[in-house]
Parts: sequence; structure tokens; C-alpha cells
Amino acid sequence: MITLDSVGKTFKTRRGGHVQALSDVTISVRSGEFVAIVGASGCGKSTLLRMVAGLVKPDAGQLTLDGKPVTEATEGTAMVFQSPTLLPWMNVERNVTFPLSLSGRDVPEAREHGRGLLRSAGLAGFEQRMPRELSGGMQQRVAICRGLVQKPRILLMDEPFGALDALTREEMSLSLLALWHANPMAVLFVTHSISEAVLLADRVVVMSPRPGRVAEIVDVDLPRPRSFDQEASAEFHRCSKLIRDRIFSGASRAH
Amino acid sequence: MLTNTAARVRRNLPVLLSTLSVLVGWEVICRAFGIRPFLLPAPSAIWMAVVPIWPNIAMHTATTLRTVLLGLLASIVVSLPLAMLIASSRTISAAIYPLLVLTQSVPKVALAPILLVALGANEFSRVIITFLVAFFPLVVSSVAGLLATPPELIELGRSCRAGRIKELLRIRLPYALPFVFGGLRVAAALCVVGAVVAEFVGADTGLGYLIQTSMAFFRTPVAFGAVVILAIMGIALFQLVEVTERLLVPWSSNLENNSNEEN
Repeated sequence: MITLDSVGKTFKTRRGGHVQALSDVTISVRSGEFVAIVGASGCGKSTLLRMVAGLVKPDAGQLTLDGKPVTEATEGTAMVFQSPTLLPWMNVERNVTFPLSLSGRDVPEAREHGRGLLRSAGLAGFEQRMPRELSGGMQQRVAICRGLVQKPRILLMDEPFGALDALTREEMSLSLLALWHANPMAVLFVTHSISEAVLLADRVVVMSPRPGRVAEIVDVDLPRPRSFDQEASAEFHRCSKLIRDRIFSGASRAH
Repeated sequence: MLTNTAARVRRNLPVLLSTLSVLVGWEVICRAFGIRPFLLPAPSAIWMAVVPIWPNIAMHTATTLRTVLLGLLASIVVSLPLAMLIASSRTISAAIYPLLVLTQSVPKVALAPILLVALGANEFSRVIITFLVAFFPLVVSSVAGLLATPPELIELGRSCRAGRIKELLRIRLPYALPFVFGGLRVAAALCVVGAVVAEFVGADTGLGYLIQTSMAFFRTPVAFGAVVILAIMGIALFQLVEVTERLLVPWSSNLENNSNEEN
């Protein structure tokens, strides 16, 4: 459903120079597929996500969604950021339905849907709390619900667990998978963590930096539902090693 | 409720004690050294001078308070849209900001007599002077607030296809409110200054006028009384801003800091 064909992007710096963020990126994501994007800092992962979201325009190649070029933010695409960025003046429930209220879709059914999402994210009873009363992990759950409430066909996640501690990350990974099973959609998940990528994704896109290029696409052949027990499996090790090798060989080539 | 009151008294005890000791020390020094009242009146002398003429004082206070409040209102009404304009575009900001800084580098006290001649010695020109003294910090902090919105929230708005107006009203403006209130605290204090300056140069009522006329006859205790009332007015305005902030912006970090200090 999402197709990137030789996509490139160059940013102008303030001093008038040019920085090539992405070069010749070709990826296709099937509907309902979980794709992780792994790479060192500065490999254009976030730019890639923002392009799919329609927030940044590619200046080379083709980016299409169901065959139509992406030129602006499209309905059916939701985004979750590294920090929860909840609105401090709204309670949890209203934060979740905030995207709907922005586009005038804040109807009672949508609010009920939001409450249902909060329940399945383990936040039942916290609907009326204010964001500052919640822990970082809980805030990020609210932010994920805020993405899901739009019933997206594509969920874009930009290092969503990057600001959380290691234990909370593991817990969040499993609840994300549960939410994904309950709400079928394509997920593009940017992360720095190789094990997180392998645990979550059907396919892992390995990117190399400066300019951001696709170094490898690794198919993760692990049965679902996934669990941490699979970290001991041979397939998990094969994928992790392949990804690690590709990241570091790419990095050494760039230097 | 009772414990609440008791806690409040205990919290305010240090400031009450320090104020009291300043007053007592002042009184003692004035009496011990026999300082003449027109040079430095003792607190008791100020009290004795002000109480008999309180209806008169109340009238002057009401006049000044009105100028202060109208000036504050004008500052808010002008500053917020101006801040939105400046925050909305780099070009507009580049065009307006230097002008604003220029108005700030002109000493308003020097401008006051000129403005009074141009606009007439009336309430309107006094409000204008008050406004000129007070509005700048409000603009600056509001702009800072509007630009402090996390970029992710702006992207969230854009990915929900919210227009610029919606983005401003639903995301940027609420986010800026704690900053706006920060500026409002400063503006409230400056409004009192502005109103007095305006009354010094052109008024026939008001506490600023009262200070000037009293001093012309060496009635220093009355002038001191007016100064004390101005100070109380400033404190009351500051408190008013804080109470309003508590009601409107309970998530503000300005308030969190305060409650930490109280603990």
C-alpha cells in the first residue's frame, strides 16, 4: 500500500549548504504489515516517516499511497512521537480524542472508541487524570491511543519508546503488539534498538547514514504472537546479527 | 478549615514578623532621633495624617486604580494579537520587533509630558502612558510562549490537517498561557508605575497627583500614605493575576514553582 521508489530528500542548511538526508530509498509496505526501521542517528529515519505522513515532500523519486502520490497529510495516517507531547490542559480522555476534535469528528462513538482503547492499553480508571499525574510509560500509552483513535491504516512511530527505561520498553513492546493485533494496520516503527526491531517487526529495514540509504531489508521469520522467549531462538540471533553487521559495515564505509 | 488558616498564618509568619519589625524600627528611629515629619514621618504620623482624610484618599485611589486597570486591559488587548502576529511569520516579526524595541528604548517618563500635550490632560492619555510603560514584557513573553510549543504538537496538528487558525487557537495559544501570565505579572506591576508617572505630569486627581500636591506643602505624611497605598495596589494586582492563573491555567509551571517554595 505504501510504495517508496528511489525517494530522495535534500535539506538546505541555514548557511546555504545542502545536506542529503535520503538517497535512492526504495521500500514497499503491505497493508497490515509491521515494518521496523533501524539505523544510526542521522540516517534520515525521521525524515522518512514524515514523508509518509505527508509533512515533508520528497524531491526525488515517487512516494505513493495506494497508487496515489502523497502530497499532504492524509486521513488514515497517524503519528506517534518519541515524547508523548500530551496537551497539559486536557485530561487523558480528551487528549486521546484531540485529533478527532481538531478535524470535527469528536462524536460520542469516537469518544467511546477512545475509552475502549485506553482500557485495552491498561489505562482503565485513568480517563479523567491529567497528563502530569501519569508516569512516562503511561503518558506514552496515552499518546499511542491518541494515534489509534483515528483508526489509521498506517501508524507511524518515531522512536516511541526511546525516552522510556528498559523495563518499561519491554512491557510497552508487548502491549503495542497486542494493540496491533486488535487494530489491524500497517506500522512503520523507527527505533535504535535492534532487539526491539526484531521482536516487533515482520521486516526490518536497515539504513545507513549520510546520506540515508537502505542497506538491507531483513525478513524476520518468527511466529506470532511474539514473546521475549523468542529472543533465545536461532532466527532471532540470525536477524540481530545480520542487522548489526549491516549497520556497522555501512557506518565504517561512510567514515 | 481551621488547620488551613493556621497553616496559612504559619506560612506567612516570617513576612509578617519582618514587616512588623521594619515598622517598629522605623517608628523608634524617628522618635529617638527626633526626625521632623516633613523629612521622614514615622508610621504613626502617616496613619494619623491619612485616616482623617480617608474619603479624599479613597477618591484618589479609585482614580488611580481605574487608570491602572484600563492600562492593563489595553496592554492585554494590544499585546496578545500583536504577539500572535509576530509569532505567525518571520517576516512580520522582522518588521515589527525593531519598532517595538525602539518604543522601549525611548524613556516613557520623558515621553509623558509630550503625549499629554498632544492628547490632552485626560484619562485617555493617562491610560495610553500606562499602556506604553507596561505592554512590552507582555508581548515578549507571549511571543516566547507561542514559539515554545513542541514541534511534535505542531506536526500532530498538521497531520490532522488542522489549519493555521485552528493550530493557533487549539494548540499554540493554550500552550502559551503560562508564559502570558508570566508577562502579565510584570505588566501589572509596571501599570502602577505608568499610572503614577502619568498623574505626575497631568492630572487633577489620583495618588500621583496627591503625592505632588502634598509635597508642594511639605505634607510628607500624606505623600507617604499615598506611596503605601500604591504599594498595596501593586501587591493586590499581582495576587489577582496569580489567582486568575490558578483558575485558568492550573497546569502552569509558574504555579508549581510557587507551591514548591511554599512547602
